[in-house]
Amino acid sequence: MRLFISDDAAAVACGADRVAARAEALGLKVIRTSSWGLHWLEPLVEIESADGRTGYGPVDPSDLEALLRGELEHKRVGAIAEHPFMVRQDRLTFARAGRTRSLSLDDYAATGGWAGLERARAIGPAAILEDVTASGLRGRGGAGFPCGIKWTTVRQATGARKYIVCNADEGDSGTFADRMLMEGDPFCLIEGMAIAGLAVGAGRGYVYIRSEYPHAIAKMEAAARLAAPLIAPFEIEVRVGAGAYVCGEETSLLNSLEGRRGEVRAKPPLPAVEGLFGCPTAVNNVLTLAAVPWILAHGGEAYAGFGRGCSRGTMPIQLAGNVKHAGLFEAAFGLTLGELVYDIGGGTASGRPVKAVQVGGPLGAYFPPTLFDIPFDYEAFAARDGLIGHAGIVVFDDTADMAQQARFAFKFCAAESCGKCTPCRLGAVRGRETIERVIAGEDRAANLALVEELCETMKFGSLCALGGFTPYPVMSAITHFPQDFER
Amino acid sequence: MGRLMLASALEEIVVRHAAREGPLLPILHDVQREQGYIGEADVRRIAQALNLSRAEVSGVVSFYHDFRRAPEPLPVLKLCRAEACQARGGEALARRAEERSSGRVKVEPVYCLGLCSVGPSAMVGDTVHARLDPDALDALIETIA
Repeated sequence: MRLFISDDAAAVACGADRVAARAEALGLKVIRTSSWGLHWLEPLVEIESADGRTGYGPVDPSDLEALLRGELEHKRVGAIAEHPFMVRQDRLTFARAGRTRSLSLDDYAATGGWAGLERARAIGPAAILEDVTASGLRGRGGAGFPCGIKWTTVRQATGARKYIVCNADEGDSGTFADRMLMEGDPFCLIEGMAIAGLAVGAGRGYVYIRSEYPHAIAKMEAAARLAAPLIAPFEIEVRVGAGAYVCGEETSLLNSLEGRRGEVRAKPPLPAVEGLFGCPTAVNNVLTLAAVPWILAHGGEAYAGFGRGCSRGTMPIQLAGNVKHAGLFEAAFGLTLGELVYDIGGGTASGRPVKAVQVGGPLGAYFPPTLFDIPFDYEAFAARDGLIGHAGIVVFDDTADMAQQARFAFKFCAAESCGKCTPCRLGAVRGRETIERVIAGEDRAANLALVEELCETMKFGSLCALGGFTPYPVMSAITHFPQDFER
Repeated sequence: MGRLMLASALEEIVVRHAAREGPLLPILHDVQREQGYIGEADVRRIAQALNLSRAEVSGVVSFYHDFRRAPEPLPVLKLCRAEACQARGGEALARRAEERSSGRVKVEPVYCLGLCSVGPSAMVGDTVHARLDPDALDALIETIA
């Protein structure tokens, strides 16, 4: 009898390795797959039978014998592909999640792998760019810049050589889709990078992965070695960050790759024109590049068929924090925040009322339930003074203190500022001090006015999003939760 | 960890990466993996080998949170202090970790391990731990102390 257990870091952190070891000790054949993304059920164990795979979770090693006797019915989840959490999704980028072994070239090829690259090679750079532009794909790292325009700029730029740089410095709290993709379907990212290389005329690509992701680093390095002959002459090398949040900013990342301090560069010049080692460089997030194989295999129009307005395609949304059904939910743009938090997420894990959600990482705004009618798309969030960022949604229950969250936003910015520009370097420190005065009840109105003024300066005067967006969590906390600043 | 590295070992690391584009970070990672930190003498030798100034190498070492400039004698527990873990009781856990580990384990903050759906989470070396509650945290500290 075969058991399927994920080797994704989230499953492993919940004890999946111990479950797998126990199962093998009981003489069972264990297949380690990627994770479906239903993380509240991890470690999830699927048993294979004539009717397919039946899931049980969360499974403890001590549950296995009961499971084999058919006495673990209270943890029975059924067929995962038919789970309500799954059937509402549009899994394009994460089509293989839970279904394949991440480092199996056979599994990858058997599930449509390399079809995009094959077509890309057949149609050539101009047609690839046309397809990617038609897909409406925008930067999934948070900036939302149209991918087709970026790639066309790199294509047209002149340089001794060109590069593809994959930004896998996924530092935003509440996000883990890059990690899951790299650990679960690394060949998909490699295929996307190879297509990007063809499109812009680059011969070499780097994947810059944060050091906090040892599992993703190991999988990507192994996958890059295995796939090397299939993507040649394009070459991919994995590089490891060193614990600097700001290196998720593209110019800072390029400096880090070059072996420098991860300080932000002023733009222009854009990396597309003058990027890594001064050469034209396409810097794209993991999810942007991983969306490309599907687009090339099925056509740009098909991808654009999902979504709404200027937000086309699907977004791998990550439900995190204090939420009952935490995990990965890939869907076309357009679901409302309320649908995501309540209908799909099931409300808080603690069972207490939802107080706020932070969308888009530490630089994203806090929204109260009264604003949960906002549809998930780039423009709708911008119109409400927020951002979807990398699409992480962190849920907080009513025990959260939003004044402390505002203080944390400044504290985080101060700790992670690269120090290049004054509004961020000094503003974050002064902001934290001023919020602390507000919390201590010192001259509240005047100090809050000062914070607001400081936020304006940081927003418009900072070189990058770290200083520029820290005002989002701070000001949204002040605007939507004024009572928390009056205690 | 914390043992002094022979000049020849550093030489070997530098040679291994010298032909790469932008070799400094890979070199620093390997030096730290080898001896647990990057000392002044290492900075001097790396600078010389890569034809950089000591200030340039030193500036890179000090910029990144991962790099240590002195050996860390205690086992290190990296506890996630970012928002998603905060929302699941991470701050109370961090206070407890400080109390329970005093002098035996170095508790360091980390801002996100990408385990935001199963927090609060922590990492020891390359091993990840999730759904930490006070009991699980205490057990983890006792295991590594």
